[in-house]
Amino acid sequence: MERLIFYILALTIILFSVMTVTSRNILRAAIYLLFVLLATAGIYFLLNYNFLAAVQLTVYSGGVVVLIVFAVLLTAKIDHKLEPVNKVKSALTALLAIIGLGAILWAVFGYNFTGNGMAEGAYDVKAIGSSLLSYGQYGYVLPFEVISILLLAAMVGAIMIAKRYKND
Amino acid sequence: MIEGIGVTDFIVVATIMFFVGVYGFIVRKNLITILMSVELILNSVNINFVAFNKYLYPDLLQGYMISLFVIGIAAAEAAVAIAIILNVYRKLQGIDVEHVDTMKY
Repeated sequence: MERLIFYILALTIILFSVMTVTSRNILRAAIYLLFVLLATAGIYFLLNYNFLAAVQLTVYSGGVVVLIVFAVLLTAKIDHKLEPVNKVKSALTALLAIIGLGAILWAVFGYNFTGNGMAEGAYDVKAIGSSLLSYGQYGYVLPFEVISILLLAAMVGAIMIAKRYKND
Repeated sequence: MIEGIGVTDFIVVATIMFFVGVYGFIVRKNLITILMSVELILNSVNINFVAFNKYLYPDLLQGYMISLFVIGIAAAEAAVAIAIILNVYRKLQGIDVEHVDTMKY
């Protein structure tokens, strides 16, 4: 049953990723991106990573997609169609992507993945929270603080860049 | 872990998604669609980290944490990119990449 759900989610991801990069209506491309992100959250749920799936749902499919949709509405007409891409360029790029895909998959299937064979650890939110704020081994307090500064800088920068100045 | 599904299945899905994103990044001309392709690429890398964490090192939380940080950075990147795109639209009345060549030497 879980296997079937995985295949459905994988198919959704692949199908809607392709539609995201080929759709000529930009608002539809944003909605297809939303489906891809939702299916990814489904994969996290399937792996029992509930907190990560919740973060994916709120930050990615909630925040980023809404941001993109607003940007689309502010910069394009709603029935505006993108120009069709040059066929030769599209074919060449697709060839390049397929070659890269083949190389990576060849390397992946030739490699024997072996885990450390340990039992699964605890994944309650308490363990994640204490891991985020501890500074011992497997503690993540430094990246946590760095990303807080980064988010503050990004927020101030976004406001400063998007602000309308008088002499424009 | 899911019965019958190995770590390679996850990597296959994530790799296909990654290269679809690369294709879109090269072919698309509109800045917002390019941003969407970048989001696809970042998301595919997240799936990889999570699958490796779950299948190879299930007692640790490293891939999980890195996925959390990547999601945060992706959100910050999207916010700044959209601010820049709005500013470009205001100055040049278009967000296709052909318009944005003012700084080209």
